[in-house]
Amino acid sequence: MADKVLMKGNEAIAEAAIMAGCNFYFGYPITPQTEVAAYMAKRMPKIGGTFLQAESEVAAINMCIGVASTGKRVMTSSSSPGVSLKAEGISYMAGCDLPALIVNVQRGGPGLGGIQPSQSDYFQAVKGGGHGDYHLFVVAPASVQEMVSLTAHAFNVAEKYRVPAMLLADGTLGQMMEPVVLDNITVEEHDKSWALTGTKMEREHNVINSLSMLPEELEQWNIDRFKRYEAMEEQEPMWEEYEMEDAEVCVVAFGISSRVSKNAIMAARAKGLKVGMIRPITLWPFPKKVLRAAADKVKAFVTVEMNMGQMFEDVELATRCLKPVLKCNRTGGCIPTPEHVLSVIEDAFNVGGEQ
Amino acid sequence: MAQTGILFAGFGGQGILFSGKFLAYEGLISDKQVSWLPSYGPEMRGGTASCSVVFSDEVIGSPIVEKPDILVVMNLPSLDKYESAVVPGGKIFYDCSLIDRKVNRTDVQAFAVPATKMAADNGMPTLANMILVGKMIKETGLISTEHVEKIIDKIVSARHQDLKELNAKAIKMGYDYEA
Repeated sequence: MADKVLMKGNEAIAEAAIMAGCNFYFGYPITPQTEVAAYMAKRMPKIGGTFLQAESEVAAINMCIGVASTGKRVMTSSSSPGVSLKAEGISYMAGCDLPALIVNVQRGGPGLGGIQPSQSDYFQAVKGGGHGDYHLFVVAPASVQEMVSLTAHAFNVAEKYRVPAMLLADGTLGQMMEPVVLDNITVEEHDKSWALTGTKMEREHNVINSLSMLPEELEQWNIDRFKRYEAMEEQEPMWEEYEMEDAEVCVVAFGISSRVSKNAIMAARAKGLKVGMIRPITLWPFPKKVLRAAADKVKAFVTVEMNMGQMFEDVELATRCLKPVLKCNRTGGCIPTPEHVLSVIEDAFNVGGEQ
Repeated sequence: MAQTGILFAGFGGQGILFSGKFLAYEGLISDKQVSWLPSYGPEMRGGTASCSVVFSDEVIGSPIVEKPDILVVMNLPSLDKYESAVVPGGKIFYDCSLIDRKVNRTDVQAFAVPATKMAADNGMPTLANMILVGKMIKETGLISTEHVEKIIDKIVSARHQDLKELNAKAIKMGYDYEA
């Protein structure tokens, strides 16, 4: 086993990407993710890879389209306003069926917003962001160690299904240091016969394109793509269950909010309140089945998010509104305290009790 | 669950983040769970900087220290801001050459160290932070003294051999300091 090292989340993402075979990085600085680019700038030349600080986020994502078209692993990273700028390119990637990894270390929004941590790009990540019918494979790490494992996993899944993937972190996770072990990174081999690698006059030309002027053809492309999404929804959801065996109230939280929630759950348990948590690790595909099953067991759900209640909607959908879902939100760069989460958990016992 | 939350705070440039990092490496070396979270952004450039470190035997939930067991402060605004947040029975370490008031709380232990003056008098004006860390090590036992050299080796780059010695000296001065 490799040695434990202390790393910032942003650096861990960058190192994990390199270990996962990503030799191309294009980006543009923005707080709080700049360490990703800084790390890549230092490391890429040493391994014969390419680091390029693009003239803008738009340029960076289009460079990613270029590399992804050749079947090579490529990554870009930014923070919220920068990811909005990339949205057009992400939609083109989805339309071209190109695998790549986009990292969003979120900060408060909308607009230029602030620079403190946030989770308010949930909708943008899981419901689109760019135009057209498409999904990204979206992972939400909750620790620096998970930033390593999920970065590698995201590359594999992206290639398996030929979809762009997004790692959705936030300023806290990006900036914090924790001990990590840089191992257990598997580089899966997936079919790349679609890639633009030169025909060597031995095969037909491959075409990477999202444009069709024939509605029936474009519709068919979408239908074919959604078959892959369906397979992803079947096979790729990931989640963590925490103290759920006897839980009467279920907290649902991802990323840094789930860690604050763990403190609140421990405090609630100490008061004798039976509460647990389902932590979505993939935000798309969303772990619907486990939430639907939990709805038959618990009195109420509590969603804890650093936004005004975005994943909240997916929890209501996944649980078919069978049980009340209470919101616990902070936004604008603020982080909920364990006490705040605990007070909403207590409310949930009361609301659930009235049913 | 044995968990300790430490909050370092002061002006940007005083080595607040570095002090926290020093502690975080003790967590790494002694194979404990540890997290290090800096404040980031404009406050780092001249305003107030702070840094949360959590030590635990078990997996760490929130890395944000809202109620520190140990508070290390290097300027008055930070003492004003965080004094009331310290848990009863906690410890406050402060630089009394920069902070001209005493700790008001009576339910915590306060340790005044004229760290900035000591650092200046000993020709190491940038290492007041490590003098406070030395005192903190003495009074909390959070870092094994045997690890101090190892940690310095890990966080001070090999190109700065002289700084390694100065850091060790600063820590020792703080460790040995008695009011």
